[in-house]
Amino acid sequence: MILAATSLVYSIGTSLLQLVLLTLGAPVLLGVMDKLRARAEGRRGASVLQPLRDIRKLMSKQRLRAHFSSAVLPVAPIVLLVATVVAIAIAPLASTQPLLAPSADIYVIVYLLLTGSIALALAGLDAGTAFGGMGSSRAMTISALAEPALLVAVLALSIQAGTSNVPTIISRTLANPTMLSSPTRLLALVAILIVVIAETGRIPVDNPSTHLELTMIHEAMILEYSGADLGLVSIASAMRLGLLFALVANLFVPWGIATDTSIGGLAMGVVWLAVKTSVIGVGVSFMEVHRAKLRLFRVPELLAGGFVLSILAVVTGLVTR
Amino acid sequence: MIKTRTAVELSAHDLHFNAERLFEAGYTLAAITAHDDDDELRVVYSFIIGPPDECHELIVRVSKDDPTLPSLSDLSFPASRFEREIHDFFGIVPVGHRFLRPLALHQHWPVDWRALRHDSGPMPPMRDDAAPYPFVEVQGSGVYEIPVGPIHAGLIEPGHFRFSVVGETILKMTARLWYVHRGIERLFEGTAPAQGLMIAERISGDTAVGHSLAFVMALEDAMGIEVQVESKVVRALLLELERLYNHVGDIGAMCNDVGFGVAQARAMIIREGLLRLNESVTGHRLLRGSIGLGTSHVRRLPSSEELDQVAQELDDLVGLALSNTVLVDRFEGTAVLHADDARQLGTLGPAARASGCGVDARAAHGFVESPAFRLLVQSRGDVMARFIQRVEEARMSISMIQDFLRRVDRLSHESRERVDPSREGLGIVEGWRGMIVHRVEIDVSGALSRCHVVDPSFHNWPAVAVSLADTIVPDFPLANKSFNLSYAGNDL
Repeated sequence: MILAATSLVYSIGTSLLQLVLLTLGAPVLLGVMDKLRARAEGRRGASVLQPLRDIRKLMSKQRLRAHFSSAVLPVAPIVLLVATVVAIAIAPLASTQPLLAPSADIYVIVYLLLTGSIALALAGLDAGTAFGGMGSSRAMTISALAEPALLVAVLALSIQAGTSNVPTIISRTLANPTMLSSPTRLLALVAILIVVIAETGRIPVDNPSTHLELTMIHEAMILEYSGADLGLVSIASAMRLGLLFALVANLFVPWGIATDTSIGGLAMGVVWLAVKTSVIGVGVSFMEVHRAKLRLFRVPELLAGGFVLSILAVVTGLVTR
Repeated sequence: MIKTRTAVELSAHDLHFNAERLFEAGYTLAAITAHDDDDELRVVYSFIIGPPDECHELIVRVSKDDPTLPSLSDLSFPASRFEREIHDFFGIVPVGHRFLRPLALHQHWPVDWRALRHDSGPMPPMRDDAAPYPFVEVQGSGVYEIPVGPIHAGLIEPGHFRFSVVGETILKMTARLWYVHRGIERLFEGTAPAQGLMIAERISGDTAVGHSLAFVMALEDAMGIEVQVESKVVRALLLELERLYNHVGDIGAMCNDVGFGVAQARAMIIREGLLRLNESVTGHRLLRGSIGLGTSHVRRLPSSEELDQVAQELDDLVGLALSNTVLVDRFEGTAVLHADDARQLGTLGPAARASGCGVDARAAHGFVESPAFRLLVQSRGDVMARFIQRVEEARMSISMIQDFLRRVDRLSHESRERVDPSREGLGIVEGWRGMIVHRVEIDVSGALSRCHVVDPSFHNWPAVAVSLADTIVPDFPLANKSFNLSYAGNDL
């Protein structure tokens, strides 16, 4: 009984810690990525805290809502944020035992994130502007192509680990690290990375820093947002990016994550989470600097490539089982 | 200054036949300029050909009571646009024109108020009739419209673009411009030449040398001022400096539009170096204030080594850009302007040359010869061709500047030598966007009575729309940047 109560407190603590960490850390991660890009371009760049400051500024500004927009516009950021928060709370990021760990099925996490995407796409359509509709149409096209690749890649992981519960996948991988070097895991890794790049709107799929309305995807959907609404969308998008990077990190480099219920282990888990996520962020940023944005009609080819890799991952998973 | 200039006065009846003969002989219509001579209106059709540099003008007088002319719109697309322009500003009706809609004037302009007529009086108040602009509506299942602008998200001049789109593919794009119409041509009227030069230099901020040179050359033609050869070399040098910094900027901007920020940053570093070089040479980063009537003056000349270094940095930048396979994929085959279309639309400058049309006023109407100059053309007409065209032109500009440097000893040149003044003149200059034409007339007191400005953007905007057929919407910014036309120069 006491043990159960302690583990519940530990789980709640872990979830809260993960939330605080990503709320503050994800914008800083974006700041680090911006900084790296600025340095590569020979600029000094803004402080890594700038995205955090921008969000704080937006939260205190007035909301302006488009004429003829419905309740979808104000509700969508909340749906996006709540879905992201729930996903972060249950995902094994710093420890394998956050709240509701047994429910942290990988499909649950994927569809929580997708709920947020759909909310944003609806918001893009809501005001009836050409840009919003264009952004939503593009985002849904990309999601529709990215989702099968992701689901099949996740299936490959489940086949290999014998479960679709993420904490269990991670702990089994820790117990048997040779799983990491299997072709199944490596193929799935590449497929998932492609999907993560597409879903977070980074180069070569989308350019987060562009001002050209006609080329935008994510930015076009949120053009109608201002003030605190925009602040919510920004923080939720940053947290989503942080969560996806952290999940990739833990699925493919699980070491460092806390598996027991000690405070020291959790502290180490937090440190390792920050390190691993930052490394992925730096890698993505490096690639962004050296690649250019794909033509929109080439994006399906990229995602199809991801899908093929994930199918291969499943096949090798079934063959080598 | 034009070497051979002839003019004939015709009746309106003979115009079409004579114009047709000139077009058949290979002449280009540089401008149609209308003038208000108080008791009647006079329209001058300036046809040019070269080399050797030659201009043949047809002059037609029309009465103010019944200002009509036969339209040349069936012979030449540029003519049809010039005719719409003089219809806007003078009320001269080209009979037989198939598309006589206002060109420059937006709907809230007072109807029947003709801005450049001397008897037009003060401008009546503008009224917005709230009627939508009559964009051609493309119909069919799944066709929708995307309106963009006139206010854009970045630091871009105002212009409205209306896309008719199926999915992501552009069926038709209409550009609505003239949001920055400032009445430049009327501003010139009655000003002294020196003051006119100030205006000409500011027509389009990035073409200070091109416009001021075309203006000054037209004026020198009108006043009979002979310019020393060495002074012409200095002017040609400044013109190439302007081409160089603008082309470098465009090369970077095109990389930026496909999300390759590092190449853009490198280009901006080179461009900044060039702007500082400009400042040390002329005292102004955008090369203003060095060209005067019969004069040219620089503070110092750039050294050959400085330019070698720019050439090296440019080569590195281009190597970096073209080694990026995604960038190459984005550039190739995008927004193709076919040679036939370019020729028929009267496209000018690098955009035309990238489509295989060898139009270059430096070859046809050059005022200084240089062994470094070659007529550069590409054949494919896509974004990549326009990119490579700019790169090669920038390299050639560097060689030309280095050649010019060897031919200049003094920094200041002045010439007041006059031959018989004709009181009207034509200036033709190959600016970095293409051929710039100024046609000026001066009255007995020496003040400007008329200055007609033709910026290459005026001819090239329709080419942007044509090149977009079958291009996808997210490629429009790149396609547009590959032309990089001036709104200010077009809108005047």
